[in-house]
Amino acid sequence: MIQVKNLTKRYGSVLAVDNISFSIEKGQIVGFLGPNGAGKTTTLRILTCFMPATAGGASVAGYDVFGESFQVRQKVGYLPESVPLYMEMRVNEYLNFRGQLRGLERQTLKNRINYVVERCWLADVIKRPISQISKGFRQRLGLADALLHDPDVLILDEPTVGLDPTQIRATRELIKELGKRHTIFLSSHILPEVEAICHRTIIIAGGKIVASGSPEELRERICEHSRLIVELKGPKDLIEKSICALEPVRAVEVLSSNGYVKFAVQVSPKSDVREQISYLAMKNNWLMREMRLEVASLEDFFVRVVAEQEETRKEG
Amino acid sequence: MNDRIWVLAKRELAAFFYSPIAYVVAAVFLAVSGIFFAGDVFVPGREAQMRDLFDRQAFMLVFILPMLTMRILAEEFRAGTIESLMTAPVRDYEVIVGKFLGTWFFFAAMLVPTLIYAGMVKGYGQADLGPIVTGYFGLLLLGGLYISVGTLTSSLTKNQVVSAVLAFLVLSIFTFLLWGITNRVTGTWQTVLRTLNVYERFGDFSRGLLDPRHVVFFITVTVGTLFVAVKVLESRRWR
Repeated sequence: MIQVKNLTKRYGSVLAVDNISFSIEKGQIVGFLGPNGAGKTTTLRILTCFMPATAGGASVAGYDVFGESFQVRQKVGYLPESVPLYMEMRVNEYLNFRGQLRGLERQTLKNRINYVVERCWLADVIKRPISQISKGFRQRLGLADALLHDPDVLILDEPTVGLDPTQIRATRELIKELGKRHTIFLSSHILPEVEAICHRTIIIAGGKIVASGSPEELRERICEHSRLIVELKGPKDLIEKSICALEPVRAVEVLSSNGYVKFAVQVSPKSDVREQISYLAMKNNWLMREMRLEVASLEDFFVRVVAEQEETRKEG
Repeated sequence: MNDRIWVLAKRELAAFFYSPIAYVVAAVFLAVSGIFFAGDVFVPGREAQMRDLFDRQAFMLVFILPMLTMRILAEEFRAGTIESLMTAPVRDYEVIVGKFLGTWFFFAAMLVPTLIYAGMVKGYGQADLGPIVTGYFGLLLLGGLYISVGTLTSSLTKNQVVSAVLAFLVLSIFTFLLWGITNRVTGTWQTVLRTLNVYERFGDFSRGLLDPRHVVFFITVTVGTLFVAVKVLESRRWR
């Protein structure tokens, strides 16, 4: 449904998107994950024909985004990041305007408006001027607009930003359900969000795709970088040495030692040393105050992946 | 007419009725027109005509129309609504023409109350209907040309003030400067300047002359300017 090939976008001397390629199958919900400034919005804007690529190409629903932009725009429903709306219009006026602009028949438009108003919980504000409704309602109005013409492909840029927790949950449910009828490509910088709704995730950092896969696969990759925090009372050097001696342990770092000694333990992937450590403590009569698994945050993951990338680039 | 152009023009026209600036502009235009009419035109003993009023209204349009057009594209760029507009299936020329027409309709609506003056001049002074009709026709053509220039300058910037000042500068050159210097130069230059002199061309309309060359000139320049505006908008896709 969406094909991206060697896409590159330069703003002056800044390389925003650096030679990325991926494809999205029909009926999939795919998350586009990355820190701010990673190139997510730029990529989505190219896919929705708002701006051209510097090099490379992309096609959506079988049409080229550059040569057949009009057809692409007919097939796509797009929710821009900033949710731009005409503030002076009323909610129903805006939906009417957008539907007419898309050439929907009067009766179809009426039905579609009823449908999106219900799906996006807009009934309460239907007659209010957009300037007077809250950010959450505006976000949902933007989503309603994207859905209005029942598009094959939905491209949503940060669809849950600015919503309160209840609305976020409801919006995720809605997107999941929409995924049954539409192909959805959504961007986000929140990992749990993408994990909750997407079949597949593409991670972008510094304009490059750094990882891609199902949420489980990514979770594993991130967990490789998690560490165990342990706080024990006992002789620092001895504790360090005994933990180091454990088979799966790759590194031990002393974080602090006043009375209790606090360690950060790194283990090799897919192994768990918590039982062994608690056994060690019991055997040696070291009092234990804390032991927890510190799962690397997505941000750490990005930092690491980007740093790794830099290194390989230098070496290469 | 193309449905999308119509939809866009309707939205643009409606946006004026929500805009305080548009009301101020219309109010100033009508108030000043009223003052001119009461003070200089509708005076006992004077010839019953609208020409003096038309000439001054044409003069006022240079100041007033940039204030209407400044918003139409610059505001879309500033607020980011251009993103949802241009990612909808609309052609660039439809956006420009729709916005032009919406503004032009508002301008035409602004002229409607002044028909009362025409009625008074006709009713109390037995004025000739011909020059009144050609005068209004000329105003609509001249306003169209000015609005097309404003549309172009609005497409160049996201700052409404910049857009208005640019339009005002261009219109002043074409209207006041050319009017002032056309008779001071000679030869080819005079021919060139006379061709471009919109104020003099408008003068023929307000005198009751319907010269097809003027009509062709106004329409050609308006369409040409809009064409450039379309290209400017299009260039955003290429940049």
